[in-house]
Amino acid sequence: MKPASFDYCRPATVEEAFQLLAEYGDEGKLIAGGQSLVPILNMRLSSPKCLIDINELQDLNYIRYEDGWIKMGALTRQRDVEKSALIQEKCPLLSEAVPFIGHMQTRNRGTIGGSLVHADPTAELPLSFLALNGRAVIQSAEESREVDLSEFFITYLTTDIMPGELLTEVKFPVDSVPKGYSFQEYSRRHGDFALVAAACILDTDSEGRITTIRLTMGGVDAVPILVEEAVDVLIGEKLTETLLEEAGRIVSAHVDPEGDLHASREYRLHLARVFAKKAIQTAYHRAIGKGSAS
Amino acid sequence: MIKVSSREMVEVRMKINGQVYEERVEPRKLLSDFLREDCGLTGTHVGCEHGVCGACTVLVNGSAVRSCLMFAVQADGKEIMTVEGLAKNGQPHPLQEAFSQCHALQCGFCTPGILMSAVELLSTDSDLTTDEIKEMLSGHLCRCTGYKGIIEAIEKVANRQKEGEKTDGSGVTV
Ligand SMILES: Cc1cc2nc3c(=O)[nH]c(=O)nc-3n(C[C@@H](O)[C@H](O)[C@H](O)COP(=O)(O)OP(=O)(O)OC[C@H]3O[C@@H](n4cnc5c(N)ncnc54)[C@H](O)[C@@H]3O)c2cc1C
Ligand code: FES
Ligand code: FES
Repeated sequence: MKPASFDYCRPATVEEAFQLLAEYGDEGKLIAGGQSLVPILNMRLSSPKCLIDINELQDLNYIRYEDGWIKMGALTRQRDVEKSALIQEKCPLLSEAVPFIGHMQTRNRGTIGGSLVHADPTAELPLSFLALNGRAVIQSAEESREVDLSEFFITYLTTDIMPGELLTEVKFPVDSVPKGYSFQEYSRRHGDFALVAAACILDTDSEGRITTIRLTMGGVDAVPILVEEAVDVLIGEKLTETLLEEAGRIVSAHVDPEGDLHASREYRLHLARVFAKKAIQTAYHRAIGKGSAS
Repeated sequence: MIKVSSREMVEVRMKINGQVYEERVEPRKLLSDFLREDCGLTGTHVGCEHGVCGACTVLVNGSAVRSCLMFAVQADGKEIMTVEGLAKNGQPHPLQEAFSQCHALQCGFCTPGILMSAVELLSTDSDLTTDEIKEMLSGHLCRCTGYKGIIEAIEKVANRQKEGEKTDGSGVTV
């Protein structure tokens, strides 16, 4: 399994990357960590005319806290997110999610930008960033724009990024991020893609009544989804067995997974209910300060 | 900026196990093939060529990565370490010795990759737990051993390290 021939360009600056993107149009393919793209090239599922290698664009490799937001450069390695003390402090949901991505050896190269643009519907990062109300910063030679992640994922492996554009940054507000959080997923083997995954962030008032909650699910549709209907019933309430059961039921009524060789539709529906409940319950216990109970 | 057309050969220069290699390669040449074919370093094995089996794992600037998911041209200017770099002066690396003692290999196909991941773990984590070893091993397939011996071997070196022996990856136990 060897890739077909390609032209190879390695820009030294973001401006050079835009020049190359403009020059090659849709014949140019960006390569970041290569952990999704190179298998595709090796299997010859795709043979782009030119690879534009952004690995030297160190300007796109950062994690910082600024004006209430965590901002991460698209080229930030997944392993650096996993090890970041800043992320652990400001946003433990991400620290919990990242170790589920592949293996340490793939996280050493895989980037956050590559994961978002690859847009696998079970991928951990799209799901987590969506739960966190994240935004994508997209640039081209002409303009810079920001897209809410709820509008970024279009369908399987397809995002709002156009030829000529580069994802440069992902950011999310952290100052008001709820205390309760949980990332849960089910896969056949650690490091495999999830069959179903769920991310939840949640806050309560001093009485333990839920004030805010966001729940996202992956592996149940063509894109990661925010399940608003299921959490509406929880607002203003203390979490009880009955309510949790009800939320789980609504989740499985609102998601629309396809069966494939890894799991049937019915099985994914079952997993969606179980893992949504697990995520809500764990996030709730953390929010009211009872630690993790899963 | 570097720009090479698919028909051109590109000059690459990198340090592998401390020695400088300079070769001309096609842009599409995988790092794993470069190591084996152009440098003659056949200790790095190739199993699946899509990132799943871990046999091709090498250290690039100290990080364990799949050499089948990188192109040689991307390793230009980097420092690479392969399994051939572990033994020093005819003395096996402490990990290699422990693998031998704990029966951590049978056919040996998976071994070079696992050794390289273990080197990264031991050099970055002074308090390695069994769970962390298992988590690292999720990135490697071994069809022979059942993994138990491998875990024991790495634990053995980790414990020696914790007890104060310095196993700094140079192969010399100080
Ligand atoms: C064995 C194995 C297991 C894996 N398991 C998981 C898993 O459990 N969960 C998971 O989520 N992923 C998993 N992955 C994939 C993950 O490792 C990849 O890192 C990720 O999907 C893509 O990131 P990358 O940086 O490697 O991107 P690349 O492979 O380099 O690129 C992916 C796509 O994104 C585009 N792209 C990259 N960066 C940009 C940018 N800045 N702007 C615009 N377009 C860009 C590329 O053109 C390409 O289309 C696995 C991979 C392997 C090999
Ligand atoms: S050959 Fe590289 S991971 Fe299998
Ligand atoms: S020893 Fe044979 S595959 Fe691991």
